[in-house]
Amino acid sequence: MRKSEPGSVSRHTRVGERLIGALLFGSEALSILATVGIVVVLLTESLGFFAEVSPVEFLAGTRWSPDLVPRSFGILPLVNGTLLVAAGAALIALPTGLATAIYLSEFASLRTKRTVKPALEILAGIPTVVYGYFAVTLVTPVLRTLFPGVGVFNAASAAIVVGIMILPMVSSLSEDALSAVPDSLREAAYGVGATRFEVATRIVVPAGLPGIAASFILAISRAIAETIVVTLAAGATPGMTLDLLQSVQTMTAYIVQVSLGDAPSGSIEYRTLFAVGLLLFLITLALNLLSQRMTTRFRESFR
Amino acid sequence: MAPEAVLETVGLGVRYGETRVIEDISLTIPKRRVVAFIGPSGCGKSTLLRCFNRMNDLVPTARVTGQVLFRGRDLYAPGVEPADVRRAIGMVFQKPNPFPKSIFENIAFGLRINGFQDDIGDRVEASLRAAALWDEVSHRLDADALGLSAGQQQRLCIARALAVEPEVLLMDEPASALDPIATGRMEDLIGELRGGYTIVIVTHNMQQAARISDDTAFLYMGELVEYKETQRLFTNPEDERTEAYITGRRG
Repeated sequence: MRKSEPGSVSRHTRVGERLIGALLFGSEALSILATVGIVVVLLTESLGFFAEVSPVEFLAGTRWSPDLVPRSFGILPLVNGTLLVAAGAALIALPTGLATAIYLSEFASLRTKRTVKPALEILAGIPTVVYGYFAVTLVTPVLRTLFPGVGVFNAASAAIVVGIMILPMVSSLSEDALSAVPDSLREAAYGVGATRFEVATRIVVPAGLPGIAASFILAISRAIAETIVVTLAAGATPGMTLDLLQSVQTMTAYIVQVSLGDAPSGSIEYRTLFAVGLLLFLITLALNLLSQRMTTRFRESFR
Repeated sequence: MAPEAVLETVGLGVRYGETRVIEDISLTIPKRRVVAFIGPSGCGKSTLLRCFNRMNDLVPTARVTGQVLFRGRDLYAPGVEPADVRRAIGMVFQKPNPFPKSIFENIAFGLRINGFQDDIGDRVEASLRAAALWDEVSHRLDADALGLSAGQQQRLCIARALAVEPEVLLMDEPASALDPIATGRMEDLIGELRGGYTIVIVTHNMQQAARISDDTAFLYMGELVEYKETQRLFTNPEDERTEAYITGRRG
């Protein structure tokens, strides 16, 4: 009896462990299956689309008119709108975010840092629809006062608000990258007579650059995927323009428009959803992978 | 005749928050001598060393009392720029800490920020030669400094410190992260610099202190116990705490 006890305990444990293992594997498999499922649907529905529209027309065409005859399926106007808003947002968020990160990491007192950083991260938790309203009810009217002739829908308002939205992400992740730079490097620079500013700009920022770049790319990816702000503020006018004061349509806003409309399932208009979604998915996937690779390389360089 | 004093502390004390680390230390560092600080871990020898180039300023809770005179001028007087102090009093740290840049740029950094006007390449070579590293790296100055061995990295850090021509070189246990062979080379290098530079070195290795220094100070629990010529300190310690430490009975 005594002898068999340890055996039975360990067998019991083994069964329990196997059960837990199976449960964990199951939940893992579920999330992977969901992802795979989404990709499969995107691909198959897109295949249906590309059977009717050549990929060359889709990727190189400069007129997007999927519902009005003559139909045209050149996605570049939507890509243009997406990149215009993302670029405007990046113009605001990247420099401001990096400056905030440098201040918090290198200049702020520990107390300031402990107050400001969580506050910034809370900012990142505000529902994006609130930002959308902020764009429509505050930023757009201000823009229209400053620049008469600006439409109710314009890219600038969306870009400004998306910029504000991704700012905490840039500053927080860049600050992480700067804080990860070992103090020994700061000491080394101070040791040869560098000032605080020189240490920050010539040593810490270059050393943290891969991490900073990763935060930039992630933020741009987020700006590209942002939906509600651009749908509410930027409008629904696909066009090839670099004018921020005009109305544009982004890829995401187009998807919203068609999803809310009554395009019959199986129609070509319905299938554009998946083709546009696939391209959007590929762009953000590529950016996220790039960001991830930079982060890994960054960590390796300080091991 | 007593040699000219380069550094002098008067009633120097340091607190980190509420903790007293060193107290009432008065000593002089003579010109062109190698002075070793020895003592058990936590005795305050590194803290004392870091008063000489105001490195303690980087610790927000550190409070320094008393005076540190550099050629008669108080380093902690109002209006003294810590960056100026650190250019004149260089430092080599416990762990090799080259910048993640090329070998060349590691040394050029200090020259550039200090507005060095002459040929940077010449000075880089001279510094690497002085640190006994030139022959090993002359063909790959553009290579990443992090690719060097730990011993080479530490000699690079010495070259980096020497490049801005400091009057004093502070070394905080510079060989503690190195293997015995690299440590031997480091000691050889200090031997070569001896006589040309004023060097203050913290070490936990008493044999090392005995081999490389002219004078040795023994610190114990934040207090300067004994400070005299190295040979006399090791052969004829006056204080029983010194004797207990160097004979290995305490520490």
